Amino acid sequence: MDASRPLAPAVGGDEVAAARSRALAFLVRRDRYRLAEGLPWIAAIAAFFIFPNQMILGGQTLIMILFALSLDLILGYAGIVTLGHAAYFGLGAYAAALLITDLHWSEPFSGLACAAVVAAIGGFFSGLILLRYRGLALLVLTLSTTIMLQQFGNLFRDFTGGYDGIPGITIAPLFGRFHYDLYGHTYYLYCLGVLFVASFVVRRIVYSPFGQALVGIRENDARMHALGSPVHWRLVVAYTISAAVAGVAGALFAQTNTLVTLGVFDFDQSAAVLMMLILGGAGWLYGGFVGATLYMVLQNELAKLSPEFWQFGIGALLIAVVLANRHRLFGRFARRVRALGFGAKP
Amino acid sequence: MPPVANTIVSILFDGLAWAMFLFIMSVGLSVTMGLMGVVNLAHGAFAMAGGYLVITATAKWGVPFLPSLLITFVAVGLVSVLLERSLYSQLYGASELDQVLLTIGLTFMVIAIYTYFYGPQPQSIRVPSYLLGELHLGDRSFPTYRVFLIVVGAALVAVLWYGFEGTKIGAMIRAAVDNRRMAQSVGINVDRLFTMTFAVGSGLAALGGGLASQLLGLTPSFAVIYLVFFLLVVAVGGSGSVWGTLAGALVLGISDTAGKYLFADAGSFVIYAVAVLILLVRPAGLYGRE
Repeated sequence: MDASRPLAPAVGGDEVAAARSRALAFLVRRDRYRLAEGLPWIAAIAAFFIFPNQMILGGQTLIMILFALSLDLILGYAGIVTLGHAAYFGLGAYAAALLITDLHWSEPFSGLACAAVVAAIGGFFSGLILLRYRGLALLVLTLSTTIMLQQFGNLFRDFTGGYDGIPGITIAPLFGRFHYDLYGHTYYLYCLGVLFVASFVVRRIVYSPFGQALVGIRENDARMHALGSPVHWRLVVAYTISAAVAGVAGALFAQTNTLVTLGVFDFDQSAAVLMMLILGGAGWLYGGFVGATLYMVLQNELAKLSPEFWQFGIGALLIAVVLANRHRLFGRFARRVRALGFGAKP
Repeated sequence: MPPVANTIVSILFDGLAWAMFLFIMSVGLSVTMGLMGVVNLAHGAFAMAGGYLVITATAKWGVPFLPSLLITFVAVGLVSVLLERSLYSQLYGASELDQVLLTIGLTFMVIAIYTYFYGPQPQSIRVPSYLLGELHLGDRSFPTYRVFLIVVGAALVAVLWYGFEGTKIGAMIRAAVDNRRMAQSVGINVDRLFTMTFAVGSGLAALGGGLASQLLGLTPSFAVIYLVFFLLVVAVGGSGSVWGTLAGALVLGISDTAGKYLFADAGSFVIYAVAVLILLVRPAGLYGRE
């Protein structure tokens, strides 16, 4: 990858010009749409026809993919380790749910927008404080933020329904004409459409100069400071966007489940999305697709045997993935996958 | 006694008991984190394992309560050495994310194993009769078990103080927390030191779990529910320091109790609010260094 280091001082003018044009070519090529990037979408549409009886699970998987995608932006690209991403998923879920039950506004897309705004506001103000920290303090504070939100919801249980939740969330037909069936077919397509749009937006962000700045912060934040990049603001903006996307995922969850409880703020929820992203690979746009699908299918199959078996299995799998990464067992495999054209790791 | 004084005494007493419990649970986490920078989210799992071992020892094997606490301390300490050598040793110098993931994975596995064998319902522990009831002091009475918790906590503070400040090993640990590379270059075997502190810390967590199951009730999810409190204590106190952990445990334990006494429902926010405020002023914790 010579082209990725084009800024090394060259001696001759020709070499400088050649390096510049290589760099330019790399930058132009980097965000081209590759054929292989269509694969996840083809698979998702194929799943719709091949497993028509599994569409409820399918819809939940798409929601978790979206949730993992939002985490990827902040964890995979910006390198911020958080144990509290469920906070924004939960904010979005409650915003969408309360909009329907309390304000009687049940049009689905405006519900998503409302959830995105609420989660983004939450992400912005918490990010302003949280992102000042690194290491242990950041882990503890992200975890605490989520628990505080949960406690807050419990405190106002007249309004939020507490741990019993808000029941009876029903959304109006899509575009005013597509009704929802018992098998989750409409929900699945709805989630797929939302995921497609969100992925497109996140992809644009990741390949933008802003996205590059995030990667720079992940790799060496001292250097980004030295280059004059407003590191804290970049992170706050990324965190806000990430929260908004997580909020949309939460809103989809509320709209398709008809029930939201304070369980959405559980640590397990934050841990689960982290695991999904890691299983699929962080810092890669399609990590959430691979990881969340693997996680949801495994959960569905193993939990049938026994919930403990599933929990043990996912714990062991996580340890295996971390150790394999530590010993670079996946390095060659990951390079092959990337060579297929899923986008160079920015 | 006037009601205000009565409330203050109650808050201080219950807060002290809660703080001692937090101290016992968190001190190992703090010192190991200071030594190797390993964020061990499985610390709560050791505590949970300790709680179950005490229950099994007292109920099934007929071991008296106090010896079973000692057995738990030793047994979990030894098991943790195996885990440290096999798993945690892979984490030295690893990214924070890897540490978080591996220890979450371990926690999930431990929770699954204990749910399989003990079931998800809360287990109760049979505490000897001399620890039940109340102690009368002046015109107040205090639950004996909490007095016992405070006494055990105070004794452990004294032992750890001597161990840290008065022994050669303590001096080596302090040196290694201060500057690991320098400590290594004067010939201190930091790896072995870490294994030792890890074992003692995990043993203490297990002891804490055994002590706590009477007050808090024990389910497999104990490993996760109380983890946030241990992490808060370490973050507020500053990692790598016995005094920091003690200060963090006292501040958070007493303010948490005060919040629950004074504000009822909203009281559970107080511990987080206090922690966030302290971290805003001192990001590295009370005794931590930037």
